[in-house]
Amino acid sequence: MENLLSIITFIPLVAALIMALFLRGDDAAAQRNAKWLALLATSATFLVSLFLLAGFDPQDTGFQFVESYDWIAGLQYKMGVDGISILFVMLTTFLMPLTIASAWEVETRVKEYMIAFLILETLMLGVFCALDLVLFYLFFEAGLIPMFLIIGIWGGKDRIYAAFKFFLYTFLGSVLMLIAMIAMYYDAGTTDIPTLLSHEFSSGTLTLAGFQIVGGLQTLLFLAFFASFAVKMPMWPVHTWLPDAHVQAPTAGSVVLAAILLKMGGYGFLRFSLPMFPIGSELLSPLVFWMSAIAIVYTSLVALAQSDMKKLIAYSSVAHMGYVTMGIFAANQQGVDGAIFQMLSHGFISGALFLCVGVIYDRMHTREIDAYGGLVNRMPAYALIFMFFTMANVGLPGTSGFIGEFLTLVGIFQVNTWVAMVATSGVILSAAYGLWLYRRVVFGELVKEALRTIRDMDRREKAIFAPLVAMTLLLGVYPSLVTDIIGPSVARLTTDYQSATAALEAGTRLAME
Amino acid sequence: MTSADFSTVLPEMVLAISAMLGLMAGVYGGKDRLTPVMTWVFAGLMLFLALWIGFGGSGARTAFGGMFIEDPFARFAKVTILASAAAVLLLGQEYMQRRDLGRFEFPILVALSVTGMMMMVSAGDLIALYMGLELQSLALYVVASLRRDSVKSTEAGMKYFVLGALSSGLLLYGASLVYGFAGTTLFSGILATVNEGVPLGLLFGLVFMLSGLAFKVSAAPFHMWTPDVYEGSPTPVTAFFSTAPKVAAIALIARTVHDAFGGIPMDWRQVLAALAVASMFLGSVAAIGQRDIKRLMAYSSIGHMGYALVGLAAGTAAGVQAMLLYMAIYVTMNVGTFAFILSMEKDGRPVTSIDSLNMFAKREPLKALAVLVLMFSLAGVPPFIGFFAKFYILKAAVSAGMAWLAVLTVLAAVIGAYYYMRIVYYMYFGKDGEPVESRMGGVQWTMLMAAAAINVLGVINMFGLEPLAALAAETLVR
Repeated sequence: MENLLSIITFIPLVAALIMALFLRGDDAAAQRNAKWLALLATSATFLVSLFLLAGFDPQDTGFQFVESYDWIAGLQYKMGVDGISILFVMLTTFLMPLTIASAWEVETRVKEYMIAFLILETLMLGVFCALDLVLFYLFFEAGLIPMFLIIGIWGGKDRIYAAFKFFLYTFLGSVLMLIAMIAMYYDAGTTDIPTLLSHEFSSGTLTLAGFQIVGGLQTLLFLAFFASFAVKMPMWPVHTWLPDAHVQAPTAGSVVLAAILLKMGGYGFLRFSLPMFPIGSELLSPLVFWMSAIAIVYTSLVALAQSDMKKLIAYSSVAHMGYVTMGIFAANQQGVDGAIFQMLSHGFISGALFLCVGVIYDRMHTREIDAYGGLVNRMPAYALIFMFFTMANVGLPGTSGFIGEFLTLVGIFQVNTWVAMVATSGVILSAAYGLWLYRRVVFGELVKEALRTIRDMDRREKAIFAPLVAMTLLLGVYPSLVTDIIGPSVARLTTDYQSATAALEAGTRLAME
Repeated sequence: MTSADFSTVLPEMVLAISAMLGLMAGVYGGKDRLTPVMTWVFAGLMLFLALWIGFGGSGARTAFGGMFIEDPFARFAKVTILASAAAVLLLGQEYMQRRDLGRFEFPILVALSVTGMMMMVSAGDLIALYMGLELQSLALYVVASLRRDSVKSTEAGMKYFVLGALSSGLLLYGASLVYGFAGTTLFSGILATVNEGVPLGLLFGLVFMLSGLAFKVSAAPFHMWTPDVYEGSPTPVTAFFSTAPKVAAIALIARTVHDAFGGIPMDWRQVLAALAVASMFLGSVAAIGQRDIKRLMAYSSIGHMGYALVGLAAGTAAGVQAMLLYMAIYVTMNVGTFAFILSMEKDGRPVTSIDSLNMFAKREPLKALAVLVLMFSLAGVPPFIGFFAKFYILKAAVSAGMAWLAVLTVLAAVIGAYYYMRIVYYMYFGKDGEPVESRMGGVQWTMLMAAAAINVLGVINMFGLEPLAALAAETLVR
């Protein structure tokens, strides 16, 4: 099974090709076939990826399941996973079947819709598995195309604006990263990620166009990567594309966007910024901290003022991603563990919340909060599940949301107490907007005429939520499931980081004396 | 000696003589009735020559005392030129017939112009350079005004001719200065002079020559003619303009700067870098407002020439290799795109406005998908091969110490992505309306699909072009 990663990555693509080439017609039968084929392919991917998890040795902090072939332009086709990336692969393969199932009621251009999602899955998996800079970039960028089409074709009223904004924002960020990658190639002579991880990029002060750049090349490279990942994450103040994209995207698109695509930014920080440019990261980490803290407080306040459910959840995503960036750049075991944990848990929770919105949107075709109220009277099961995920989003102990927030806060507390203090207020704010949203939508009397005939969730919808509930609870009460796998790799990452930046701190102390 | 000379230029002679025979056959034979046959014969001949040159040649030889150079660089460029010219000839055949443009002169003129291009990329002497260039240009002026009864087409031809003559004048003036200061027209002789010390007049000559050549590749600020000529010419002619002549002209620039001025790279690198930056940004920005897809493609080709010039501005073997690969990929994308543009029509009349593409994807999903692939590839979005074209260029620029140029290239590419995406936007998300029909012959359909497939599958290994381009570049840059 030395090609296990490639097999996992390309199963969806093969299914998409089969669908494109052999599935004819647009009648009900063809639509049903497309859906079943997509579900089958994504489920198969998930099952195969279980072998990956089973064969993974957490104690080995290097890359595993590595496969490598020569490719064009002096590049390599190289895949592999370590403790940091494997769980993102699992998250993707786990969520995709649910996403496909949630799109069961789509009626326009079903075949194309399924193809877009299948291709997107291949590209997302590729991002997490790639061990060559340019291969990574290829998957990272190419993911924009299917998402652009998903928003643009199947999206809401202002979908065009949102699709273009999404594409150009992220494209501009990532081309700067491309330049940085080429500069890295020029500096290190290779695009191989494992080699680059042990390459030391120079951090001597550089003078560029009259400006003294402390941290030199590392700072510049860090900034270029930061431009890309911060947009992807998204961090305040470059988050504005996300609410638009979420509101306009179809439900399944929102789920993928929130649950998986956003995680690419965090993964990028962990894979590139932190280990490859430790000096640059250390120098700029105060900036990142405060950006994160502002994101947590500011976007939580903005979320309070929203009248559109999806927009509210989108802003809450930005806030939660603030914890992630904060934890990552705290660069200690708890911080990074917490950041990865928070990303995984946010994958389940935000995905589920968007599905919750999707459930009532499918029935009422509106996302306005004011259009609802008193749903508990007609939809008890829905009320329960929505309640559960609202609580998880707030960070209630016992759910996975709590572990992530707590660990990142512990991590940042050791590094920067003030930021930790500001960020903690976000926990209260998130309870405020979460519970208020829940009250307005679910509680109260059922007075709206249109809601009197609304149905509760059917069996398909319940089946979609069941695994998400299970995972959120499981990780909430037994977090070692995750931390045992990521622990050793994170430990190596943080110790390397600390020893690389120790010299910097010694230098600063010397200068101060 | 003479027989060796002639055997070196045999492919060119075969093509030139066939063109004349074709002319005879046309004049004394069936005139326009012969056009379909003649198109296929010439396309076949060009493909045959491409194969012959591609597989038959080896090593580097010169003929006629160094005036004609046959080396891997020339072969790479010639194969690209011949293959794209053949593809475009076949592409336009049906369109020409249907619109009463099926004149037998068209394939002949194309063949003659291709002969000129083959001369250009093999030139080892200023005289040979000029001969090739003029043979190419004169044939092109005529085909631009092929639609004799249309004001726009004749205007296009006229404009092209007048401005072309001006640029030839610049080039000739520069060449005479170079000759005056170097004492020879042979590239090897000029190189020897340059290596000993550079007289100021020679630099003037270099700049004038580069300006003349920049006109031929339609690099900004010498691009003015391009949009009008592209728009006015019959579409098959536009398709031709945007492919083979561009390859020939940029290969000629590479040949001139490296073979004749290889000793003073710093002097021409900055000129080329300036041309590149101007072209990239002009191509990206000016295309945004275009409503006509042919004009849009004109600006697109200006932009793409800018990217290719970035490779040359690097001044290294890697740069030349990047340029060659870029051009090969560029012509593939353009052939595919024009296969589609040629098929656009409404009520039997050709249309070229972009908004007529509204919701085209609903009517013809497969063709729309192929165009989508080509558009994203032209924009340089991975995973399509157009991304790798740009990647080679960027890599060459950064490793030549021109990181600033690479940054500008990337910025221009982002701006440029917008207008390619607008085409995708109209096709997929546009307003519901009456979309264009796309009436395609078998050839056009095959070319469109093949071009799209190449753009996807090329990612695997570039079809083995990479080492060939590297070899070609190494023979040029010593």
